[in-house]
Amino acid sequence: MSLSKEDVQRVSLLARLKLSDDELTTMTEQLGQIVSYIDKLSELDTEGVKPMAHALDLTNALVDDEPHESLPREKALQNAPRSDDECFRVPAVLGE
Amino acid sequence: MTNPPYDVIIGLEVHVQLRTNTKLFCRCSTEFGNPPNTQTCPVCLGLPGALPVMNRKAYELSVKTALALNCNIPNFTKWDRKQYYYPDLPKGYQISQFDLPMSENGYLAISSPDGEFEDKNVGIIRAHLEEDAGKSMHDEAQGLADTRIDLNRTGTPLLEIVSEPDMRSAEEARAYLQELRLLLTYLDVSDCNMQEGSLRVDANVNLHVHTETDEKIATPIVEVKNMNSFRAVERALHYEVKRQYEIWQETGNRIGDVPKQTRGWDDNAQLTRAQREKEESSDYRYFPDPDLVPVTITNEQVEAFQQQIPELPAALREKLVDEFSLTPYTADVIVNQGPEVVAYFQSLAEHTGDAKQSGNWVQGEVLRVLKEEDWELSEFPISAEGLADLLKAIQQGELNNSRGKEVFSEMLSAGTSAADAMAALGIEKVDDSALEDLCREIVMANPKVISDVQSGNEKAVGALIGQAKQKNPNVNPGQVRQICLDIINAL
Amino acid sequence: MIDLSATSLLAKLQSGEVSSEEVTAAFLDRINAVESRVGAFLKVNSESAMQAAQAVDKKRRSGAPLGKLAGIPIAVKDILCTEGEATTCGSRMLEHYVPPYNATVVEHLLASDAIVIGRTNMDEFAMGSSTENSAYKPTSNPWDLERIPGGSSGGAAACLAAAMAPLSIGTDTGGSIRQPAALCGVVGLKPTYGRVSRFGLVAFASSLDQVGPMATTVEDTALLLETIAGHDRRDSTSAKIDVPQYTASVNSPLENLTIGVVPSHYQDGLDTEIESAVKEAIRVYESLGARIKEIEMPHAQYGIATYYFIAPFEASGNLARYDGAHYGYRTDQQTMLDELSEEANQTDGAGESPLVRMYRKSRSEGFGSEVQRRVMLGTYALSEGYYDAYYLKALKVRRLIRADYDSAFDQVDCILGPVTASPAFRRGEKTNDPLAMYLEDLYTVNANLAGVAGISLPCGLTSENLPIGLHLQAAPFQEEKLLKVANMYQSATDWHTRRPEIQ
Ligand SMILES: [Zn+2]
Repeated sequence: MSLSKEDVQRVSLLARLKLSDDELTTMTEQLGQIVSYIDKLSELDTEGVKPMAHALDLTNALVDDEPHESLPREKALQNAPRSDDECFRVPAVLGE
Repeated sequence: MTNPPYDVIIGLEVHVQLRTNTKLFCRCSTEFGNPPNTQTCPVCLGLPGALPVMNRKAYELSVKTALALNCNIPNFTKWDRKQYYYPDLPKGYQISQFDLPMSENGYLAISSPDGEFEDKNVGIIRAHLEEDAGKSMHDEAQGLADTRIDLNRTGTPLLEIVSEPDMRSAEEARAYLQELRLLLTYLDVSDCNMQEGSLRVDANVNLHVHTETDEKIATPIVEVKNMNSFRAVERALHYEVKRQYEIWQETGNRIGDVPKQTRGWDDNAQLTRAQREKEESSDYRYFPDPDLVPVTITNEQVEAFQQQIPELPAALREKLVDEFSLTPYTADVIVNQGPEVVAYFQSLAEHTGDAKQSGNWVQGEVLRVLKEEDWELSEFPISAEGLADLLKAIQQGELNNSRGKEVFSEMLSAGTSAADAMAALGIEKVDDSALEDLCREIVMANPKVISDVQSGNEKAVGALIGQAKQKNPNVNPGQVRQICLDIINAL
Repeated sequence: MIDLSATSLLAKLQSGEVSSEEVTAAFLDRINAVESRVGAFLKVNSESAMQAAQAVDKKRRSGAPLGKLAGIPIAVKDILCTEGEATTCGSRMLEHYVPPYNATVVEHLLASDAIVIGRTNMDEFAMGSSTENSAYKPTSNPWDLERIPGGSSGGAAACLAAAMAPLSIGTDTGGSIRQPAALCGVVGLKPTYGRVSRFGLVAFASSLDQVGPMATTVEDTALLLETIAGHDRRDSTSAKIDVPQYTASVNSPLENLTIGVVPSHYQDGLDTEIESAVKEAIRVYESLGARIKEIEMPHAQYGIATYYFIAPFEASGNLARYDGAHYGYRTDQQTMLDELSEEANQTDGAGESPLVRMYRKSRSEGFGSEVQRRVMLGTYALSEGYYDAYYLKALKVRRLIRADYDSAFDQVDCILGPVTASPAFRRGEKTNDPLAMYLEDLYTVNANLAGVAGISLPCGLTSENLPIGLHLQAAPFQEEKLLKVANMYQSATDWHTRRPEIQ
């Protein structure tokens, strides 16, 4: 499994990161090393093994449909980098 | 006109907002229409450290709905993260279901009373539970101006119902949506309000074009969004079919030749437009949400939910035809009005003992008034028992149907019982001997009618009915006719 | 006073020999004296701690019922949300972020009348093994200020070693409590997954993260675990299992103790001084009557590889929320827009939307390089086409690792081994070699993958006077046993009483 700079560039967009050209080079190299190390899993035969997503076999953690109080709006917006009296504000979703 | 040289292939994805008090993974209220960002908490704001906890009611409502759609309910289901960035999705992922949805493999039967299409079952691939996103408000005219975000709706429970591509026309698609909405109304799992966004429809549509060699070639699939009413769905699909055939003739593109396109319906311009492609292909990187645990359900529990399901439209239509002898058309009209109207009809029929008469009155008078007044049935002032009194009086010949309608109007406007309304209109049952005297008097005064009847023209007696009504408006025309004929024949 | 355990301090507080105000003032004085050299804290609550201490003293005088930790100072890792207090996770991204709610563990601490004395330094978002990845400052190992204290709970361990607090809260995703505890010569316990609520713990890898107690003695560790453990309906992954009174049983030795040792632990790579310290600990247990049994953990060697799939998968999702939209760091909007319009002039094509550029710049500027590396790794390994090869494969190996533990715990009460392969290294030594840094977790990650309990306790000092940790692991929800067994060792040895001279 080898990673190209283009792969890393594509993944950086998926991950919403912006890497400079130097950073891309370093990242490609480091990810390549890490991936080739962790790829040692492929030497193991896991045929018929059930995947284990949780350490605990819990199920049905359901709660009743009873409303609690929501946060006051000032608190909901208090950490917003940009907001008005009512809403969060972000740069335009649509481009150009 | 010859058939168009293609088949239309339509599949629908419907998002239904479930009727819960609180959101899917937190206990913020789901009430519609409150000021922006007043229904949020650390969980639905996606704050660091906050964790989702599943709403039991939302799961139960979706199981009921899925069962009503004839779906299989697997014993195990889990929740997955669908990852994408958008400012109305504060966690950077939507909690949804990927490979093990809570239900699958169902169908919904649709039919067309006026024969637009053949009855059919539309397959349901799956119905799964997921959380809604918030609302972004853009001012596109301002170009680079900010987008405003309201997260009140974030986390509201949605059931996504995905059909097979089984519909072959816009009319079938509309019938499917109407039947689905009716089903949801009977189940009382959603308010299905399209304006408030509690029912949303996306359509996948393409064509299978017939070639001269009898091949069928699939054209690229287009997903149509932004349809805000069933009428809009129908129009958008008509438009899209026409557009796609033109594109086919121009380009000859087959499925797979171009990436799947998403188009938005513009209801003002009555056309679809291509939506801006996302920056990268839709690589959602689904994986099981480690913050939530799976839900399991036993066959016994599924059976118990099955028991809770009320009589559904399809079964009720059959019942009204089979047990109440209504015409399929009347049964359809009544059932499509929802469970309250069906209950009203059933109660009326029980009290009057005449289902056919009751059906006609509900379909004719009651529904007309509801429509004119824009009333819900609960606002309708005449109870089934009250209306039954009037209908029974008609059955017993105390008044005829058209006088009955006058009494019905009086009952509505004055808010009185059938008896009071009849009294107010001066309707009394005419005494039998008085009626015979009246008829004899009129017969004798009309020798021409006598001779016409005697020479075989019974219809001539009709002239006498009008005269009898002028003398006494309460007479029963059928009775008058019969008595007059008897008198003439005995002469 | 600052050398006393929390348990001893509680006794003195209860007898009226000292007040919480005096205790808290003593620790704050100590912080004033040594913190500038150690750098364990991101924030010291000098004023609010004294106020809280006075309030507890007043409460005690009034005869009102008091919580389990009444009047005892405690340090909290800066990853647990505290209402009204900046909770940064050691990241620029959350430099000014103030949560509007308390983590469940913080609520437990407040209800126990503990005095939160400060918030401790950590690797950014708990990603790291040296606390060098903090966006704010490095933390020094009190035993040698040139060396790292371990991580990610490096501040939490260092403040105990430097006697700046008697109790400390850490979190452990792959070894983040046990490794710094080992390198700083203190005690740290990673509870069974589900034992302590994760609500309000800023997530790194949700299926692996656990909050746990850190202290200088096993007894104090039991006390703190007892305070923070328990079911929480706000955390779907928290177990509905009663919490035993750990403090009631911690001093009674476990009868018929069988200890498992894994021969492969002692293969190449393990520092020889650590090896002999751990083998000496085995002899101590033998002298206490324990049976020693060799066991195999055939899949343990795959732990790091499995972990470096699963943790980044989950982290890439958990950290998606830091995008500058609703809270946290956002890039300068005007600069960004200028940059975009300049690019548009040059390329005369449609570029990224302002929103996407805002996301990308905010995240690249707000996250440090290790966080970016793991987000990239997780995104890559989950991206189209790799789900089966990477994700499912890793989860299957995880099952095999758990099965190793299950069969081991059929035979033994605890598994004993080293916590780290080497003692604390020098700052900067592994900065440019992420993989070498990842291997720091070699002996600890499997407990997280399997969801079992583990504890690290001091068992020696190297010739360079650096602490060595002993690792004990027990089956899920067997913390009571684990604490008893650990305390047997502490009762027979005095390594836990050694304190560094801070240079
Ligand atoms: Zn909420």
